[in-house]
Amino acid sequence: MSNSNMNLKLKVWRQQNANDTGHFEDYRVQASPDMSFLEMFDVLNEQLITEGKDPVAFDHDCREGICGMCSMVINGRPHGPKHGVTTCQLHMRSFSDGDTIVVEPWRSNAFPVIRDLSVNRSSFDRIIAAGGYVSVNTGNAVDANATLIPKEIADEAFEAATCIGCGACVSACKNASAMLFVGAKVTQLALLPQGRAEASKRVVAMVNQMDAEGFGACTNTGACSAECPKQIPLSVIATLNREYIKAKLKGY
Amino acid sequence: MKLFSFLFTSTIGRKWLMGLTGLFLISFLLVHCSVNACIFFNDEGETFNMAAEFMGTNWIIRSMEFVLFGGLLLHIFQGLYLWKFNADARKKRYSVNAGSANSTWYSRSMGILGTLLLLFLVVHLKDFWLTSRFTDVITSGEKTLFQEMKEVFANPLPVVIYVLGCISLCYHLLHGFQSAFQTLGINHKSYTPIIQSTGRLFSIVVSLLFAAMPVAMHLDWIQ
Amino acid sequence: MSKNIKLDSKIPAGELSQKWTQYRSSVPLVNPANKRNLEIIVVGTGLAGSSAAATLAEMGYKVKAFCFQDTPRRAHSIAAQGGINAAKNYQNDGDSVYRLFYDTIKGGDYRAREANVHRLAEVSTSIIDQCVAQGVPFAREYGGTLSNRSFGGTQVQRTFYAAGQTGQQLLLGAYQALERQVGLGNVKMYSRHEMLDVVVIDGKARGLIARNLITGELERHFGHAVLLCTGGYGNVFYLSTNAMGSNVTAGWKAHKAGALFGNPCFTQIHPTCIPVSGHYQSKLTLMSESLRNDGRIWVPKNKDDNRNPNDIPEEDRDYYLERRYPAFGNLVPRDVASRAAKERCDAGYGVGVSKMAVYLDFRYNMINKYGRVEASRLNIENPDEATLLQLGKEVAKEKYGNLFNMYKQITDEDPYEVPMRIYPAVHYTMGGLWVNYELMTNIPGLYALGEANFSDHGANRLGASALMQGLADGYFVIPYTIGSYLSNEIRTKSMSTDSDEFVAAEKKVREQLECLLSINGKQTVESFHRRLGLIMWDKCGMSRSAEGLKQAIAEIRALRAEFWKDVRVPGTMDSFNPELEKAGRVADFLELGELMCLDALERNESCGGHFREEYQTEEGEAKRDDENYMFVSAWECKEGNAWELHKEPLEYENIKIAQRSYK
Repeated sequence: MSNSNMNLKLKVWRQQNANDTGHFEDYRVQASPDMSFLEMFDVLNEQLITEGKDPVAFDHDCREGICGMCSMVINGRPHGPKHGVTTCQLHMRSFSDGDTIVVEPWRSNAFPVIRDLSVNRSSFDRIIAAGGYVSVNTGNAVDANATLIPKEIADEAFEAATCIGCGACVSACKNASAMLFVGAKVTQLALLPQGRAEASKRVVAMVNQMDAEGFGACTNTGACSAECPKQIPLSVIATLNREYIKAKLKGY
Repeated sequence: MKLFSFLFTSTIGRKWLMGLTGLFLISFLLVHCSVNACIFFNDEGETFNMAAEFMGTNWIIRSMEFVLFGGLLLHIFQGLYLWKFNADARKKRYSVNAGSANSTWYSRSMGILGTLLLLFLVVHLKDFWLTSRFTDVITSGEKTLFQEMKEVFANPLPVVIYVLGCISLCYHLLHGFQSAFQTLGINHKSYTPIIQSTGRLFSIVVSLLFAAMPVAMHLDWIQ
Repeated sequence: MSKNIKLDSKIPAGELSQKWTQYRSSVPLVNPANKRNLEIIVVGTGLAGSSAAATLAEMGYKVKAFCFQDTPRRAHSIAAQGGINAAKNYQNDGDSVYRLFYDTIKGGDYRAREANVHRLAEVSTSIIDQCVAQGVPFAREYGGTLSNRSFGGTQVQRTFYAAGQTGQQLLLGAYQALERQVGLGNVKMYSRHEMLDVVVIDGKARGLIARNLITGELERHFGHAVLLCTGGYGNVFYLSTNAMGSNVTAGWKAHKAGALFGNPCFTQIHPTCIPVSGHYQSKLTLMSESLRNDGRIWVPKNKDDNRNPNDIPEEDRDYYLERRYPAFGNLVPRDVASRAAKERCDAGYGVGVSKMAVYLDFRYNMINKYGRVEASRLNIENPDEATLLQLGKEVAKEKYGNLFNMYKQITDEDPYEVPMRIYPAVHYTMGGLWVNYELMTNIPGLYALGEANFSDHGANRLGASALMQGLADGYFVIPYTIGSYLSNEIRTKSMSTDSDEFVAAEKKVREQLECLLSINGKQTVESFHRRLGLIMWDKCGMSRSAEGLKQAIAEIRALRAEFWKDVRVPGTMDSFNPELEKAGRVADFLELGELMCLDALERNESCGGHFREEYQTEEGEAKRDDENYMFVSAWECKEGNAWELHKEPLEYENIKIAQRSYK
């Protein structure tokens, strides 16, 4: 716990709205190593407001790494330089005094910028709405222990289900592909007996929607998984491919 | 046909076709490479010429050539389409890129590597395939394919081009081999590491063997 | 209107265990054709909101759902770590609906309604079934059955969990059910929309005014009924485990429109959070209560013992929870654990730089509990301590890996090696809009679900009960109870939003926003919020006194006046403007804070999370006054920040009231 101050130079993307072309602006800010990256931005914004300038708009909410709302590309990497953490869990001790830090929004046609560093990720919702669920109405369920699920399967499904829908995968992918996100949901529900019944219908509907949203195609570089704050494995994309082809060959 | 339209309409369908044709081309490389390796018997090309003659005259092989070209064209067509499609998915680019932090450069450069390979292929087909198929080097017995090669590779420029082509091939395969399996949906925690090591070994050995031929001929290791 | 307020809790007659069954079989139904013409607005998409919106849409109602986040899946329910209770008795350890009911009432220090809590316990089992059917990947045993763990304040294992991310998995289940209805066209989803007022026409809630946060546009929306599922108001303390955006605005606007606010001072301070590290701190992070299953809480016996905690020998450690509460030990309820930590720190035994922390130590159980079991499983004879510790660490990693990582990320200390430092922090608010048995506020057609209402947790909530309540309300309670109101609304046509009431409500909202933007003072919204938080934490936090509360009320009034004179809100109304959003929320907190202090001042007893210094036993335990305070405080908002108290007496017919003891 050090209280020593760090002097940082920030280059932050500023963009009024979706139609604005946008540009970088330079700021200087003092931070402490124990601060989170977003708390450093709080300091910057208080500074800007006091100076009578417009604060930087950025998305954030839970600040404990689970809601998936925070989204900044820091020095070219979504959620910054550390593996397996979101921006809100990235602390300034990962940087050094005197650093210049470039901060950009998620960039993808399917995630249009709303303002500055905030982007619109409703395309993800539409993919889930297309089929990322089990069609079971409230009240239809049988006893929870009626269907036994081997621990290994439950664990694997859980691993895929930990996706927080932040969009770092799209942001990291050179093709702005959403297949890690889609693969995670398809894998979770395809593994569990509850989701098996409509697995074929689901995967085709989700992929159709994914394509319609304008995400790119996967070229297996693995950047998505490497930058995923929840470390969703690349194998979910293989599962997605397999499920999709199987469904298509079945005529779905 | 409607059943297979997804191969040209959806991202995963297109990728799947890329993977399938890729694996098919890999199987061709294996054959091509084995035939080429015959020169290392160092018997003045006797074995090699025999193999080449078989490949050039057997009707099954000759008809497979159409399939091969079809596969190649599909691979090229889908590749170029996806390259453009993927580039368009992000109209506004990042000003700072840190790709090396999360992926290998060659996995991110399959389009470039593929294009280099395509250019090389044009040169290569002009040099040997056209001559071997549409002139009568083999059938007339005036000049064997082996002699033709010796002539071409006496010149250092083609040797350099071929070696560069093989380097592109190596990196293209390093990513492409295991990537094809992933695209086809084959991923398993026990088998995937085996596929990956096999892929690495295959890429390096095949590319080395291919590159060794012009070099060996140029340096007259092969008589 | 005030004189006419009669608190009718609408608790059905009959024997406790039959109330809900009988209610369900007799509540009026709405036929499917009519449902299609009835519109329901759901505000908030956490566990309560998502589950309600999805279920009501499945039933055939037309639903509009609102959330201020960019997608419904971000609601703060997602951050719940530990688990969800259900009286399944899968572990054969004597659990039952009655026992869950009893534990919840007792845990709430006898300040919750018997009938509501019993209903909660009854439907708890259906929740687990429903979630599993949706594909929620709960933790399982090798045999394929569901796994359970125990949680604070109970002696049975009834908590279902998915690693330390149970809230996330449950919310995603509900979110997916909601998105399914969006995809089917039964729900219209309004993300990045904030409700800024409720519209009441002829005494009934008929819609709301919402601001599209992207364009800044004000929108009017009609609904035959309005459901507020907007969570808790812990952010009034500035620092809390809530998300940055969690706010009271929806509930507060409803309160100002006439809805009563129940038990506003009942706040839950969670005992195991990561301590504050600097003045810039924007939020506090919870470490799941489940850690108390395996972590032992202690402080050094000697003041200013600055040795490395691993070097402090057993005889110099004070395991104060085990010492004071031998029966429950480290698993006492949250309010008890929090107060005990504060007591030790106030007495000067705290650890860490700030001395405002206690140790949560896993070493003992890693060695003696998990290490030994593993060693015996692996047939290691006479293992030494290092081996045991190593084996124990592996087990700890499996059980709590993500929490340990999060702790390390934030503090830069490795909890596998040194004990965690923890301190209590604001976590949950038991208070909220007053609702009857049907979850309806005193404004007809206006409902409150989940943490936004006051109903089921009394003065203290037990661990793993919030998820249970949110989903119970949304999946299994409101779908029935709303029929009782809507069956009388089938002749009400969809109303035009050009009526005077809608126009007036929008005008009021616009004026407030314009006012905030026009003050153009010197201080940031954040700085006011931080100051409010300090007042609340010091004087209306873990312990409260009449004197402190009176001071707090005066200070909050002064701060509020200063806010309206000197706040600086940059930007414009007709654009994406997070500072403006925040300003509106802080303005509401500045009013709510006063009401909380007033409620705490009025309640001259200690109960659950509400601890009045004047009312404690000789041993420093909370001292209830059942004779005078066995009621729900339901506050009515009057003109000019004044309130009138209404009391709903609580009757316990099935539970023998006792002094709560965990000794």
